[in-house]
Amino acid sequence: MGTLNVLVGVCLIYVVFLFLIAFAAERAALEGKGGWLRSPMIYTLSLSIYCTAWTFYGAVGYAARSGLEYLTIYIGPSLVMIGWWWLLRKLVRIGRSQRITSIADLISSRYGKSNLLAVGVTVLAVIGTTPYIALQLQSVTVSFDVFSSAYGSELTEAAQGSNALLVAAGLTLFTIVFGTRNLDVNERHHGVVMAVAVEAIVKLFALLAVGIFVVWGLGGGVSETLARIDASEIGQWQMRGDRWATLIFLSGAAFLCLPRMFQVMVVENENEDHLRTASWAFPAYLMIMSLFVVPIAVVGLDLMPAGSNPDFFVLTVPLATGNDALAMLSFIGGFSSATSMVIVAALALSTMVSNHIVMPIWLSTQSVGASVSGDVRHVVLLSRRISIGAVVFLGYLYFRLSGGGSALASMGLISFAGVAQFLPVLIGGIFWRGATRTGAFAGLTVGFVIWAYTLLLPSFGAGTLVSETMLAEGPMGVGWLRPQAFFGITGMDPLVHAVFWSILLNTMSFFIASLVGFPSPLERLQGAQFVNVFEHSSTPQSWGGSLAQTEDLMVMAQRIIGAREAQNLFEREAKRQGMSGLLPEPSPDFLQRLERELAGSVGAATAHAMIGQIVGGASVSVEDLMAVADETAQMMEYSSRLEAKSEEQARTARQLRQANEKLTLISEQKDSFLSQVSHELRTPMTSIRAFSEILRDSDRLSEEEKIKYSSIIHDEALRLTRLLDDLLDLSVLESGRVNLNLQSGSLKGILDHAVSSALTGAGTSKVQVVRDSQQEEVMLYTDLDRLSQVFINLIGNAQKYCDASVPKLRIEVGHSTGALVVDFIDNGSGIPKVEQAVIFEKFSRTGEQRVKGAGLGLAICREIMTRLGGTVEYLPGQGGAAFRVTLPEEAALAAQ
Amino acid sequence: MGKNVLVIEDEPNIIEAISFILSRDGWSVATHSNGHDAVGVVQASMPDLVILDVMLPGKTGYDILRELRSEDATQGLPVLMLTAKGQVKDREMAERAGASRFMTKPFSNAEVLDAVRELVAG
Repeated sequence: MGTLNVLVGVCLIYVVFLFLIAFAAERAALEGKGGWLRSPMIYTLSLSIYCTAWTFYGAVGYAARSGLEYLTIYIGPSLVMIGWWWLLRKLVRIGRSQRITSIADLISSRYGKSNLLAVGVTVLAVIGTTPYIALQLQSVTVSFDVFSSAYGSELTEAAQGSNALLVAAGLTLFTIVFGTRNLDVNERHHGVVMAVAVEAIVKLFALLAVGIFVVWGLGGGVSETLARIDASEIGQWQMRGDRWATLIFLSGAAFLCLPRMFQVMVVENENEDHLRTASWAFPAYLMIMSLFVVPIAVVGLDLMPAGSNPDFFVLTVPLATGNDALAMLSFIGGFSSATSMVIVAALALSTMVSNHIVMPIWLSTQSVGASVSGDVRHVVLLSRRISIGAVVFLGYLYFRLSGGGSALASMGLISFAGVAQFLPVLIGGIFWRGATRTGAFAGLTVGFVIWAYTLLLPSFGAGTLVSETMLAEGPMGVGWLRPQAFFGITGMDPLVHAVFWSILLNTMSFFIASLVGFPSPLERLQGAQFVNVFEHSSTPQSWGGSLAQTEDLMVMAQRIIGAREAQNLFEREAKRQGMSGLLPEPSPDFLQRLERELAGSVGAATAHAMIGQIVGGASVSVEDLMAVADETAQMMEYSSRLEAKSEEQARTARQLRQANEKLTLISEQKDSFLSQVSHELRTPMTSIRAFSEILRDSDRLSEEEKIKYSSIIHDEALRLTRLLDDLLDLSVLESGRVNLNLQSGSLKGILDHAVSSALTGAGTSKVQVVRDSQQEEVMLYTDLDRLSQVFINLIGNAQKYCDASVPKLRIEVGHSTGALVVDFIDNGSGIPKVEQAVIFEKFSRTGEQRVKGAGLGLAICREIMTRLGGTVEYLPGQGGAAFRVTLPEEAALAAQ
Repeated sequence: MGKNVLVIEDEPNIIEAISFILSRDGWSVATHSNGHDAVGVVQASMPDLVILDVMLPGKTGYDILRELRSEDATQGLPVLMLTAKGQVKDREMAERAGASRFMTKPFSNAEVLDAVRELVAG
């Protein structure tokens, strides 16, 4: 128990030590004394987060199980570092020139700044990394467990869980403190990088120490150990070409695509030249890391009781031989490997989650146009901190739920295969201008689906997420879709199978979708920027200028932010620099502050370009111009929006004018109508008044005269009533409030009724109506009373106005396209052409023929026919007056 | 002083009423019922007074009156205008066209009679 307490104590001291180192590095960087922080060696060591607890503990287990295959995990990255350093250089250059913050940012930025793509990559990265974080937590707790059980105190499961929780909380705290320390979110994290570098040394040292102990302390020297190896199973082991090739490819791809690797390799990179050192130093580091793996495995297998877990030989071999101090060192090494991975992974993932998921959501909940102020920065930091907590907690959750079942190595490989899906999109994006967003979506989706289907889901074991029958026979019995034997190709190693198909189909989908679709302009611009990054960018430089330029800067600043503001700013700066005059020295510091100030008015890119032109320290790059164009486009959009608004106002004014004209016209029409109504009312009233006065005042009237005059009064009273009826009818029809009484009836019946009604009281001078009853055998479904009213009016007009000596009216029924037509044609002289146009207007009686009637009849007919869905028109060229009533076919057909 | 009145009006009942009222008072009444040839009829018959409707088929009362006023022979002819449009602007139109008197329908028989008497006497 004593040793266990010492272990806890050492751990705590180690953690405090890491905190101190990180603080020191941060402080040094802040004070500008951090030159040594930017050394290529630190960069190289920080890359060692590639070697996680999986490598530290797991490699030995891997070697014990599968011989030299563990080497592939080191060969992949070494090949990338040595052979592909130019690719890395391109990535780093792009990352710096585009101010890339994560691999999700890089991919989304390349493919037209698509946030959807960024969200997709982020989610996939989180899915791929969470098991890996769980793995680290597991390794820490299990190694602690191994330690304690060696001292006879088995840890309960609850204690293991609380251990993991403690570790997770500590790592979250560390990452938050050093990962989100600066307000400037793009700043590099010197503290984190330094701590990671120190941990890299610690784990290397620990593994070397154990290795040396095993070879010289236990194995009895180099030659003895080599003999042991020859004798063991590992020595006899045959390598499998397909697995080796796949694993080398996989580890190389993961090295490029893992979010945490991208973080240290690209985001935290200080200088492209560091890659030159890292290209040999990092493979060397890996080589040393792998040096003693096989000896430890072989000696462990010899020494340890059968069935003991080879994954922890690094720990158990020293323990079993009573070397507590060495075991403790080894534990610290494993602890370092686990913690450094979790810290950087949490940092990288939180950046992605915060930038691409949390912030867009937060911004969308804010009122539009929230400017980038100090407030937003605090929100960014808060959101990153929360994201860090969430990412680590997710890993912890996975650890608790999965129960730590599968072997460490296999979990790592599944994770590798997942992130390797980013590779085609990443490589395609920086080397092929034709790659499009659609292609990226297609490739990523296909790749991840196949990965999940063939590798991730089956990894939980047959019968959990994937049923045994599905594994054996495919989904719903479709054999060629079997998760581990696509297209019926059996006998492949599941991992090889999954990697082969997912990467192949991923790449194919990516290429085909890219070739089929067209990139948007932004995608094309970004594509050109990424692919030709070396032509477009120089390494960013900070400003430097001479005093003479300060005046120019002053002039420019005055123009942009106003004379007084600019003077105040320059004066303040001069005072800060301790100068007596009004103009400060154009120090890089001042220029940066000025740029920020100007950016508030004209946008960051424009401000950068303007200062660049005056100071001349850096030429205005294509990128700068693009950014300026971007800002200009925004301003143009704003001004075009203003333009649209003023156009809209002009349109509104025009509409108002038109409405006003219309109202004036309506008002005139109303006046004219009232005047006509007045006329039509006054005329019969004149007769009534005149004759009633005559009847009243004249006592010498004959009986005949009395009868005649009172008849006139009676008739004119009736005329008044009719007029009022018509007016009311018309007003109801025109207002549209008329209720149609739809019913079915025969056309013949309606015409019969109309003819008899119209000719009642006409006496002997009846117009002769000619009809064809066969034509009239049509059933109608409409407002029969209203239709009859129209017919009565037309027949009545013929009766009143037909001037032929023997007046005749023909009623003809026929069909025109989609309509039923009823023509009323008389044999009179017809209506003159000039009047044909106005007969349907109110009060438009035709000139000569003054017959009783107010001239509302045809206006009413027209309104009725409109309501019935038909028309009534004058039919010219028929000899006499001719009217055509048209009814829609539905009205006729409906009843048939 | 003659007693001839020409009534130019298109409503048969109103013609009959005015004819009755004036005849009873001893006037000799001629009638005409459209606007086309109204001017010619006036010039041919040269009545002592014209009672003129505004809304006539063929030509409005205003046009007829303007034509009459432009002729020397009928320049000073007393013209009593009758209209069923009782708006202020109709009265103004009548005055501008040169109406001697303007009355709105429906009128009182006595008023018409008084007006005719006054106009012919004056």
